[in-house]
Amino acid sequence: MSKKTTTITPYANGPLVVRGDFDIVDSDGHVVPTPRSTVALCRCGISTIKPFCDGTHKAIKFQTDPPLEPVGVEAPRQ
Amino acid sequence: MQRSRFGQLVSTFASRGPRSDELFDILASSPSEDPDGVTRFARAVEMAVATSEDIVVDDDLQLALFMLYGLAYGGVIETDEDWEWNPALIAARRSIEAAFEHALRTRIVLPTLPQPTGADVAAALFLLAAEDTGPSLSRFIARKATREQAIELVIQRSIYTLKEADTHSWAIPRLAGRSKAALVEIQADEYGGGRPERVHAEIFANTMRALDLNSTYGAYVDLVPAITLASMNMMSMFGMNRRLRGAIVGHLAAFEMTSSIPNRFYGNGFRRLGFGNDVTLYFDEHVEADAVHEQIAARDLAGSLAEDHPGLLGDIFFGAAACLAMDGWLGSHLLGAWESGVSSLLQPIAPAK
Repeated sequence: MSKKTTTITPYANGPLVVRGDFDIVDSDGHVVPTPRSTVALCRCGISTIKPFCDGTHKAIKFQTDPPLEPVGVEAPRQ
Repeated sequence: MQRSRFGQLVSTFASRGPRSDELFDILASSPSEDPDGVTRFARAVEMAVATSEDIVVDDDLQLALFMLYGLAYGGVIETDEDWEWNPALIAARRSIEAAFEHALRTRIVLPTLPQPTGADVAAALFLLAAEDTGPSLSRFIARKATREQAIELVIQRSIYTLKEADTHSWAIPRLAGRSKAALVEIQADEYGGGRPERVHAEIFANTMRALDLNSTYGAYVDLVPAITLASMNMMSMFGMNRRLRGAIVGHLAAFEMTSSIPNRFYGNGFRRLGFGNDVTLYFDEHVEADAVHEQIAARDLAGSLAEDHPGLLGDIFFGAAACLAMDGWLGSHLLGAWESGVSSLLQPIAPAK
């Protein structure tokens, strides 16, 4: 077993779920209030309450499992 | 809302037919007073169940079941506490439950079941919720609802939400290991993580008071249709019967999965109508909370339970499908009434100030 006190779990087609002893800080170093001990962080980019997940990834069918091919990127020519 | 007093009984609501009427009389007495009368009541309930046109929307029997479950929750009817485990009342409860469960199992269509692995169960539950074609109450509230309709929604919700999470907590001691830890992780957050002012039912009570509504449990029972009572009763039935632990777990997963996005719409609807943070906090809280809960409920709760007990797989999906179906029936009732220009309540409330 790991001795670390914080875990970050990527959930399939959804957010990163963080448990344990942690602070979330913004880019200015200010602590973002986290009202609950387990939080879900946005991974799809379109949450309206970033850095937290608001479930909207379901509406855009965000997929991590299996990962989608990158959109708009040309495949390298052979 | 007047409180009426019959003998030792205090209730915020009235009976809806012969069986619930008899139950009021029984609960106004003491359990030792007339044991034969209670046995006759249990037999009469059995007859009523057999002849009910549709148990799911039977006002008299759904109210009786609501009252019988209320003996275990408390805060529904004040009466002699010994009634809770009275054998004849338990028999009456079981005959309503049996017919109610049978009606639900007959009507609710199960999806193709996945393999009992955590990943497959979670994916299949998310798919089931995503493919649900029920009416969108939340979009109506966001865009079109009047103040009165928005307040009606809160009144309809109060039957469950003033006891939010209690229906599912019955399952905690019936689970073990990973699924138990997952349910407790969700419920701890529902109950405020140790802070009483953050208990979700309490945040909802604040929303009610901010709308000048009575936040006493049961204050609006007289105003809600049978389907609203059935929705609460279904959760109580799944939660209180250990045999149905798969169903209450599936119910919670589907409930959480259909919560974060709708709650954003509800919050937006109340803001559009000019209500403040004191009203919208409950909905805003659930956008973030239920985006966490749905992940835990799908993968760690339902997924682990199916892995550990593959025999519960069918009931996990029955519970999830039942949640979506019941939401659809309730949503159809509300939207049907509002689109016809009438109240969704049995009696319209006075216009909001």
